[in-house]
Amino acid sequence: MPPNIAVKKMARHWWKALAILLLIYVIIAGFTINIPIIGTNGQSSRGLFFHVPMWICMYTMFTISVVNSLIFLSKYDLKRDVYASSAAGVGTFFGVLGFATGSLWATYTWGGTLTSDPKQMCTAIAILIYMAYLVLRLSIHDIDKRARISAVFNIFAFALLIPLTYIIPRMVDSLHPGSATTPGFASNDTEGTMKMVLYPAFIGWTLLSVWIYTLVVRYKKLELKNIFR
Amino acid sequence: MINKALSCCLTLALLFISVLANAQQQDTESGAVNEFFRSNGKIYVIVGVLVIIFLGIVLFLINLDRKISKLEQREKTNP
Repeated sequence: MPPNIAVKKMARHWWKALAILLLIYVIIAGFTINIPIIGTNGQSSRGLFFHVPMWICMYTMFTISVVNSLIFLSKYDLKRDVYASSAAGVGTFFGVLGFATGSLWATYTWGGTLTSDPKQMCTAIAILIYMAYLVLRLSIHDIDKRARISAVFNIFAFALLIPLTYIIPRMVDSLHPGSATTPGFASNDTEGTMKMVLYPAFIGWTLLSVWIYTLVVRYKKLELKNIFR
Repeated sequence: MINKALSCCLTLALLFISVLANAQQQDTESGAVNEFFRSNGKIYVIVGVLVIIFLGIVLFLINLDRKISKLEQREKTNP
């Protein structure tokens, strides 16, 4: 391969390299910087750099998914259905990772793995709704019918995701940061040194999730040649 | 061809790591690297573990990316 083509090819993948570099920085700095030790959290506050980005990835993927479902319903282009379902699958994967890391964290700070905490319960419901979306898709064999019904269900799921994971936990008492009675992720509530790692973590993990999403879409493009001509 | 070269490199890297580990076993008490990994309650050992796991996942993703690219190229030339 001539060198100028190789350079062009590398230039197209710069954001993947950025994701890798940022995440290596996050892993090393996330464990070694000094953090404030508060209450029962101890050193487990470092989970902020790995647990919260999972949810950012999930929101990014579900937003991509619902936007593509809306475009599908206005244009009936089956490509959009493939984009929407791939994003929902990757988003559910990151949601499960976020839920698992949160449950492990809760075991040692809240005193229970599955507690009756509103944030945890509502999030479990939201992820289950998206799992229902994936199961619903498997249950319909007609490709056009599947695309339409699942697009409508996807909009319903997103309309429930926001109140379930973002609004209700902020209105009631919860042990989770960001509820009615606990400080959340606001500019004054997070130590400056932690922000130096937290923001790169958001960017790095989101880029990684987008990378995984593009891989899924490219695989589907090869598999479903009759849709992608 | 590339896959063969890649697996050769991996095997060599693993060999080097095991040889290095063997060599280090003989002088576990000295060396700046060992001192560093033993400081702060050996937290850097786990940092290393996570970096290795992450790099493994990244290598897997890069390999998958290249395989899909190759398939895409084949589709483009003779659909």
